Amino acid sequence: MLEIRNIVKQYANHRALDDVSTHVEKGTIFGLLGPNGAGKTSLIRIINQITAPDSGEIYFDGERLNPTHIGRIGYLPEERGLYKKMEIGEQMLYLAQLKGLSRKEATERIKHWFEKMEMQSWWHKKVEDLSKGMQQKVQFVATVVHRPDLIILDEPFSGFDPVNANIIKEEILSLNRNGATIIFSTHRMESVEELCDSIVLINKAKKILDGKLSDIKNVYRTNTYRIEHLPSKEPVTEVAGLFSIESIVDVPEESTTLTVRIADGKTINDVLMHLIPRVQIHELKELIPSIHDIFVQQVTAQASPAFIETHE
Amino acid sequence: MNKIVLIIKREYLSRVKKRSFLLVTFLVPLAIIGIYGLTIYLTARSFENSKATVHVIDQSGLFSGKIESTKNITFLPVATAENTANQREQLLDADGKNFLLIIPSDFETSSRAELISRETASLTVQGEISRKLENVLRDIAFTNAGIDRATVESIRPEVTLAAKEITDEGEKDSSAGAAMGIAMSLSILVYICLFLYGSQVMRGIIEEKNSRIVEVIISSVKPFQLMMGKIIGIGLVGLTQFILWIFLSTTLMGVASAGLIDGQDLKAKVEQQQALSNGEAAQDRSQMGMLGTVKQELDKVDFRTIITTFLLYFFGGYLLYSALFAAVGSAVDSETETQQFMFPITIPLLFTYILSFGVLVNDPHGPLSFWLSMIPFTSPIAMLVRIPFGVPAWEIGLSLVLLIGGFILTTWIAARIYRVGILMYGKKASYKELVKWFRYKG
Repeated sequence: MLEIRNIVKQYANHRALDDVSTHVEKGTIFGLLGPNGAGKTSLIRIINQITAPDSGEIYFDGERLNPTHIGRIGYLPEERGLYKKMEIGEQMLYLAQLKGLSRKEATERIKHWFEKMEMQSWWHKKVEDLSKGMQQKVQFVATVVHRPDLIILDEPFSGFDPVNANIIKEEILSLNRNGATIIFSTHRMESVEELCDSIVLINKAKKILDGKLSDIKNVYRTNTYRIEHLPSKEPVTEVAGLFSIESIVDVPEESTTLTVRIADGKTINDVLMHLIPRVQIHELKELIPSIHDIFVQQVTAQASPAFIETHE
Repeated sequence: MNKIVLIIKREYLSRVKKRSFLLVTFLVPLAIIGIYGLTIYLTARSFENSKATVHVIDQSGLFSGKIESTKNITFLPVATAENTANQREQLLDADGKNFLLIIPSDFETSSRAELISRETASLTVQGEISRKLENVLRDIAFTNAGIDRATVESIRPEVTLAAKEITDEGEKDSSAGAAMGIAMSLSILVYICLFLYGSQVMRGIIEEKNSRIVEVIISSVKPFQLMMGKIIGIGLVGLTQFILWIFLSTTLMGVASAGLIDGQDLKAKVEQQQALSNGEAAQDRSQMGMLGTVKQELDKVDFRTIITTFLLYFFGGYLLYSALFAAVGSAVDSETETQQFMFPITIPLLFTYILSFGVLVNDPHGPLSFWLSMIPFTSPIAMLVRIPFGVPAWEIGLSLVLLIGGFILTTWIAARIYRVGILMYGKKASYKELVKWFRYKG
């Protein structure tokens, strides 16, 4: 869907994007991650053709990105905004027509969406008369009303209450099921794990890692497991060449929780075979780092002291 | 291209539909008509009001039978013997239109008479009476010097100075007075309107930036399209307003003058007044003839050219300046921050505006006037000031071409600042910053 190659964007005093490349598979939900000021918005603006890169190129569906693609992209900026004094219906029509829909087509689709989102009565209202959550809903509809192939959402859930956030999330998933590719820019990791198929992590203008979420998690697996067993007479001890114990949490009369790291070349089954004769195993779980952990690990690993100071 | 039309349409309709637009559009011509009508009405009334009765107490005896009543003033001689305080009371009691003219016995030497009334006599009445007395005194002086009054009357030469201009179409009547008046009004009108509509562009952009809608829109259209759409849309609002003003004013003006002067139109009234004053005494012309002269001069002015060039220069100047206003709007977060950038924009306009009263009007064809009407930043005012005095077509053409060139230049510069500025939130821009933005690629 989107092929991003060696994008460089230089502003007067800082480089916003430094040789960033990645690609977005068609029909996936793609997470664009990074701390504030990493260059996410700069990249989104380049994809939206709001600004142009200093070098590098972007291919949209195999074609070099050009103005004809504008109608196929829907963009929900982080900084939401609508004309305060304009009627909602007129405003939506205007925005949809700017995306290339005819007035008739736009009217039909907007009415459809208004019914779906239960906002039929808002047509003649002005934006300033709506609550913030309502405005967000309007803005979301304006983003997707022209049925874009690529939907770019910059922090889509900020400003929504949990109920509306859920409605929007369901809509995003349903759009995705119907074939839309979604780019999802955020620094909130919990939503990423839930929704994204692939991610790219940007920090300080540079790409740190990208790929399928599952692949990335695999890479960051540390072969660490948490094993909970019932109280035993003899404590479990490390076995060199098989596993090492990272921590022991003992709740007397109840259970003991071990965090073990398996030695290279061995599997969890080898460890279990060693443990089963000795203790009664109650629970077993692999400790896979969350995307949040990977994010923090990657970002802080890179961070200069100055960065920590400003962001801690 | 289709998108820029959509933007123009929105900018245009959202403003034209506003109540304030309708209000201003209809109230301004009404105000103009109101002032115009009031002037005519008051003028007409002052003619009627000046019907007065003057009781003449001639102690000098110089005037018996020599003062003839005129259309407006009736002179009634009063026997000198009856001159008592009691009688004065009686005479003046009648109403405010009764005057008591006391001509003292030493009038021939002192040339002083008294006019007594309940209310101060209007200047018209005073003037007419004093002219009467002057005439009589002059006649006496002529007679004393042995000059026959009839001879003097017969050798009063009249010179009419018909100012003509040489133009391409041959000689043409010139109309310096009216031209000057029109020139002044045009310069005020353009000056006000450039600011009025220019700052609307600026405010519109600040609003879009503040409400953050700008980012949504420029993901659909180019910043340049948005800027030009806004500029053209608001410019069309301005043109609509002018055309409505011209249309409404002329229509209402016709209705008003027809209604106010009882079927007689202003011209007839004026001509009648002129004929009257000519026939009676030549000196009277100066006063009553003023209205006639203005009317004649206005007839000589080529309104079609003036309105056409006004619309051209207003629109050209508006495009040029509103591009600058747009750049300023994009660089700030609120209207209060615009001050530092507004100053250099205001200077050329203010400069020309002030000059137009002193220099340009008095020397409309001098080198300063010429150059100011060529420089795109000053020509919208300077050229319009010169137009009523007659400007060769090639000068207008050249100046318009330069104006269009200037507009393209400022738009190009403004667009480069605008595209960066609209995405800069919460950053206080300096001139240095603007130059940086201008240089950004893409």
